[in-house]
Amino acid sequence: MKLTGSQIIIETLIEQGCDTVFGYPGGQVLNIYDELYKNSDRLNHVLTAHEQGASHAADGYFRATGKVGVCIATSGPGATNLVTGIATAMLDSVPIVAITGNVPCNLIGRDSFQEIDITGVTLPITKHNYFVNDVTQLADVIREAFRLAKSGRPGPVLIDVPKDIQIATCEFENKPVEAPFENKIADEASIDSAVELINKSKRPYIYLGGGAMGACKTEDILAFAEKIDAVIGCTLMGLSAVPTDNPRFLGMQGMHGHYASSMAQNNADLILGIGVRFSDRATGNTAKYAKKANIVHLDVDFAEINKNVPAQVGIYGDVKDAFARIAAKCEKKENPEWIATVNEYVAKEESRYYTTPKLTPKNLIDTINDTVTDDTVIATDVGQHQMWAAQYCNFRAPRKFVSSGGLGTMGFGLGAAIGAAIGSRCKTVLITGDGSFGMNLNEMATAVSTGAPVTIVLFNNGVLGMVRQWQTLFFNKHYSNTTLERKTDYCKLAEAFGATAFKAENLAEFEDAFKKAYAIDGPTLIDCTIDEDEFVLPMLPPGGAIDDMIVGLEELQK
Amino acid sequence: MSKKNQFTIAVYVENKFGVLTRVTSMFTRRGFNIDCLTVGETESPEYSRITITMSGDGYAKTQMINQLRKLFNVKKVEELEPETSVNRELALIKVKNDPATRQEIMSAVSIFRSSIIDYSPAALCIEITGDPSKIDAFIEIMKPFEIIEMCRTGILAIERGAGSLLNK
Repeated sequence: MKLTGSQIIIETLIEQGCDTVFGYPGGQVLNIYDELYKNSDRLNHVLTAHEQGASHAADGYFRATGKVGVCIATSGPGATNLVTGIATAMLDSVPIVAITGNVPCNLIGRDSFQEIDITGVTLPITKHNYFVNDVTQLADVIREAFRLAKSGRPGPVLIDVPKDIQIATCEFENKPVEAPFENKIADEASIDSAVELINKSKRPYIYLGGGAMGACKTEDILAFAEKIDAVIGCTLMGLSAVPTDNPRFLGMQGMHGHYASSMAQNNADLILGIGVRFSDRATGNTAKYAKKANIVHLDVDFAEINKNVPAQVGIYGDVKDAFARIAAKCEKKENPEWIATVNEYVAKEESRYYTTPKLTPKNLIDTINDTVTDDTVIATDVGQHQMWAAQYCNFRAPRKFVSSGGLGTMGFGLGAAIGAAIGSRCKTVLITGDGSFGMNLNEMATAVSTGAPVTIVLFNNGVLGMVRQWQTLFFNKHYSNTTLERKTDYCKLAEAFGATAFKAENLAEFEDAFKKAYAIDGPTLIDCTIDEDEFVLPMLPPGGAIDDMIVGLEELQK
Repeated sequence: MSKKNQFTIAVYVENKFGVLTRVTSMFTRRGFNIDCLTVGETESPEYSRITITMSGDGYAKTQMINQLRKLFNVKKVEELEPETSVNRELALIKVKNDPATRQEIMSAVSIFRSSIIDYSPAALCIEITGDPSKIDAFIEIMKPFEIIEMCRTGILAIERGAGSLLNK
């Protein structure tokens, strides 16, 4: 069957199991959009307000579903608008396939209208990218892109298709979808060394990252923790891998992690890191990080082993397989002293919680926790609200937390929430701040036109809270450009876009508003007024060690 | 040219458009500062071989090798240990042709087993091949005679013995 390049793109996307693409049309993708028009019954296209929104939506689509996200943009500005979304996906190992149009091959290199070397631009922020200059290779390039995006440590792949390649024709035949490239199987010696360290440990800490999500089943992790009597902590990306209400689960550790989780990690004699990269936000000063522990590091990416912190045992290979083998070989044991110590950390942490009728971040999130169903996706933007969400949100199933970790992309949330809601068909709550929301609020239009069930909880403190917090702590309260002084009426704004809006200035108002908003099928927004001086605590200052941890406000006033 | 802590890595890459850029872009992104890089054909038409020389500690070396191996178009990455491999570099050096010093230059050329490949009344053009330290030494000797122009290829290296890195 002879097809045009554009037809090949549509047919190959469908062949690869893609049901939804996010994008924005333009001059050099008109041919692709013509085929999307003709195939609208086979492939759903979600028109976003801006290409950045499309890239975040494709990212959120994966995080909530585990399926590769796809976004499409035209050449030049369309393509460059994807860049932040692609970089976000790269730093969080999210498989997305981005397809961009480009000027016809004979105009390449001539600074033609809307011409950009997008493969050059995205070289350092993609797992791999392709410039297709031969239509006969197009189908296989798309297949390889999907395969590569999913294989090993996942990541974004970009395919740049000049307009004449979209028009050119060649023979096309569907092919069966190939399984991802096989991961290396970890060698037995490294498994045995890990088992030996785990068996002799008395204070084990299982440390879950994004690489554990999808690779390890929740029940297997919990059963293993039970078997070796370990506690479980996680990175931002590891949140929702195990249910937050499990007594062994201490929550996120690191710069803004739970007190108990960070303390337990620092006092553990063994850390089993699964799919983590020991990022600076997680470790603080690596010279002082977890000095009492043997580190066993399990990762599908060999380059992560010993990259940021040295591991006593590095296990390179398929995480699912290696984890199962370790779990099977370890001896059952009990560590009552360790559990008692950790319980003290937890008690100390919980003694800091207090009840107040004020609209505090914790109150807001507790109300959300009490209202939402187990399958609800929680998406966030980046900043204080993100850390509060990471600290206080309850998760009962994997892939329910959608947040930009590595790149820390303000403006990520709304697009990602829409992608997550459309992909998972689950209700999605976006927790955002007025700073982040302001960056890409144009995607309200997308939420309304698609009817995406996104409840936006806007933590409105009138400041760029996280930067302000640092200015308070490290810059003598010089609030340089972090006080927004905007006159935006977010309720009117949401209504202008066609969404339903609520305002909450105290807890009772919020409880009422959230119940109503959550019950509405389409997008809603609740503008919540919170205090500008709320802090995210605890806090491990950048480059600090566990002893530098700021636990409560009273320490700041010293 | 030859430095302390220097190591040499051979990289087989797919012979495709843009692969060299992918490799060098990774160096920039990861903050590797390389000393020299050569690239050319190999025994297999499918692959080009890049020889990279870099200075750094063991950590930098491992990171460099690991990050190279992660690139999709990279087929093989191996370190060439100095004890088990031979290194060669070629330099072309244009030196001022002065009757007063000509004989001295020609003696040095002969001792270093290099050769004069172009002769004009004003200049001698010398070709020298060898390991980088030999070339360094020769350049030092030529400096007093006034080097007009000079270029070096960078290091090429191959393992001793009958093996092929590609099949290792």
